[in-house]
Amino acid sequence: MEAILTVTNLTKKFGFLTAVKDLSFTIEKGNVYGILGPNGSGKSTTLGIVLNVVNPSGGRFSWFNGRLTTHQALKKVGAIIERPNFYPYMTAIQNLKLVCKIKEVPNDKIEEKLELVGLLERKNSKFSTYSLGMKQRLAIASALLNDPEILILDEPTNGLDPQGIHQIREIIKKIASQGTTILLASHLLDEVEKVCSHVVILRKGEKLYSGRVEDMLASYGFFELKSDQTEALLDFLEKHASFGTVKHENGLIKVILKEEMDAKTLNQHLFEKGIVLSHLVKRKESLEEQFLTLTNNTQKQA
Amino acid sequence: MLRLLQIEFIKLWNNRASKILIISYFTLLLCMALLAAIKFDIGPVKFHIADQGVFNFPYIWHLNTWIAGGLKLFFAIVIVSMMANEYSNKTIKQNLIDGLSKKEFIASKFLTVFTFSLISTLFVFLVSLVLGLIYSDYTEISIILSGLEYLVAYFFKLLGFFSFCLFLGILVKRSAFALGFLIVWFAIENLALRFLVWWLAGSEASATFMKYLPLESMSNLIKEPVSRFKAVQSVVAQMGEEFNKDYNVHFHEILIVLCWTAIFIYLSYALLKRRDL
Repeated sequence: MEAILTVTNLTKKFGFLTAVKDLSFTIEKGNVYGILGPNGSGKSTTLGIVLNVVNPSGGRFSWFNGRLTTHQALKKVGAIIERPNFYPYMTAIQNLKLVCKIKEVPNDKIEEKLELVGLLERKNSKFSTYSLGMKQRLAIASALLNDPEILILDEPTNGLDPQGIHQIREIIKKIASQGTTILLASHLLDEVEKVCSHVVILRKGEKLYSGRVEDMLASYGFFELKSDQTEALLDFLEKHASFGTVKHENGLIKVILKEEMDAKTLNQHLFEKGIVLSHLVKRKESLEEQFLTLTNNTQKQA
Repeated sequence: MLRLLQIEFIKLWNNRASKILIISYFTLLLCMALLAAIKFDIGPVKFHIADQGVFNFPYIWHLNTWIAGGLKLFFAIVIVSMMANEYSNKTIKQNLIDGLSKKEFIASKFLTVFTFSLISTLFVFLVSLVLGLIYSDYTEISIILSGLEYLVAYFFKLLGFFSFCLFLGILVKRSAFALGFLIVWFAIENLALRFLVWWLAGSEASATFMKYLPLESMSNLIKEPVSRFKAVQSVVAQMGEEFNKDYNVHFHEILIVLCWTAIFIYLSYALLKRRDL
C-alpha cells in the first residue's frame, strides 16, 4: 500500500499554547480518513502544516514517500481549508482557470467538475454573489480540477443548512466511491461515522487513537435487558465472567460485554437459569459514545 | 516564468478597479504629450511650451522621466492592493494550498512589477521620442541617443518603488493602511531622520545620509530638471547667481536603489515564509 502522507512527531506551538503535540500518523491510498476532535484540538493546524501554510515547530511530514517536494506534491492534492477562498470579483470559471494555471493542468475539466457539484448554470456569476453552500461546492470543484490523489476537506459542512450539508455529503460519497483517497477533518462524529473507514482522534493536539473506525475501541457491544426477576438477573450478570459493568437505569439493565457473545447464547443461558426476559437487545456503541468514552478515559488518566 | 505572469495577469485584469487604474495610468503617461499643446496667447504675451526648448533632445529625456516619475504614486495603489487583497481575500492561503510555492508567489508579484516598470519605461521612451522628433531643434541620431541613461534610471526608480509597495502590502496586509504607511515613511525619512542626523552630525552628513534612504535614493535618481531649463537658467544668471548642480545619473545611485529593491523583495519573501497563514 502506498503511503500518501506520512506525519512524524509533528509539533506546533503558538506561544505558550501547544496546538499539535508529537503527532504521528500515515494516510494510505484508497481509504477515507477522518480526523476527529472537538474545536481547538489541532485539526486545522495539522492540515495547515501539511498544506504548507503553517510552519511546524518540530517534526516532519512527507508526501508520497518523499518522492516530491511539498509544493509539487500539493499539485496532486485537492484541499479546502475552513472557508472557501476565491477572488470575489471573478466568476466561477475565471477562478477555476486561475487554479488550473497554478496547478499546471489544462482547463478542459472545468465544466465537468462544475457539473459534478451542480454549479454549471451559475458558472458565469461572480463568486461574491454565491451563497455559502455554493461557495463550498465551488471549492470542492476547484479541489477536484487536477483529479487529485487525495482530497482534503476541513469541516466542509460547517455553517451550512441541512440541505447544503446533505449536498456536500452526497458529493463526498460520490468522490469516495470513485476511489479517491479522502481526508476529512470534522468535529461532527456522525459525519465521520457515515463517510470514513479510518479515523485519527485528536484532543488538545494529542493523538488519542488512530486506526479503523470499527476497531476504535476493542468493543464487543452491550446488552439491554429487562426482566421481572431483576434481582436474579443482576446476580447472574455480576457473577458471569463475560460481563463488565452492569448499570441499572430506568428499569433497563445495561451490561457491557468483555468478550464476544451473541444474544441467542445469553438468552439460552438465562432461560436455563429460569430467568425469563421481557426485553433483549444487543447493540454496539455509536461512534459518539465511543468517542466520549475515549476522551473521558484519557481525561481521567491525565 | 510566463505561467507566473499569466497567473498575476488573470488576478489583475479581472478586477475592475485595478483594470481602470492600470488603463488610467498609461493614459496619463500618454497625456504627457499634451504638455506640448500648452499655449498662452493673450494679446502681446505669446507662450507656447513647445517653443521654449523643453522638448529638445537630450533634455526631453530628463524632463519626461521626471514628470512620469511623479505618476508612480498613482500606480502604487494598484501594487499595494494587489498584494494586500491576497491577504484580505485569504486567497494567498488558497494559492499556496493549490500548489504555488511561497517563492513562486513572490516571484509572480515581482515579475508583474518588473513588467509594469518595463512597459512604463517603453511608454515614456516612445512618447518622448515622438514629442522630441516633432519639436526638438536637434534631431541628429547622436544627440537623440545621448541622455538615455535617464530612462535606465527611470526604470530602476519604478522597480525600486514598486518593490517597496509590494513589501508594504505584505507587511501591513491592508491596502489603505499600507498606503498610509508609505506616507508616514516618507515623513520619517524627510523629517525625522533628516533632522536627526542634521542635529547629530551636521548638514553635510545629513545630505549624504539621505542619499542612502529608500525613498530619497529613488527620488534622487532623477534630479529635478526645472532649474536646468535654459529660460530658468538665464533668469538666474541675470540675478548674478550661478548654478553648479549635478544633474547626471550616477551608477552608484542606481546601485543603492537596486540594493533596496533586493532587500524589499527578500524581506517580503522572508516575511511570507515565517508567517503562519
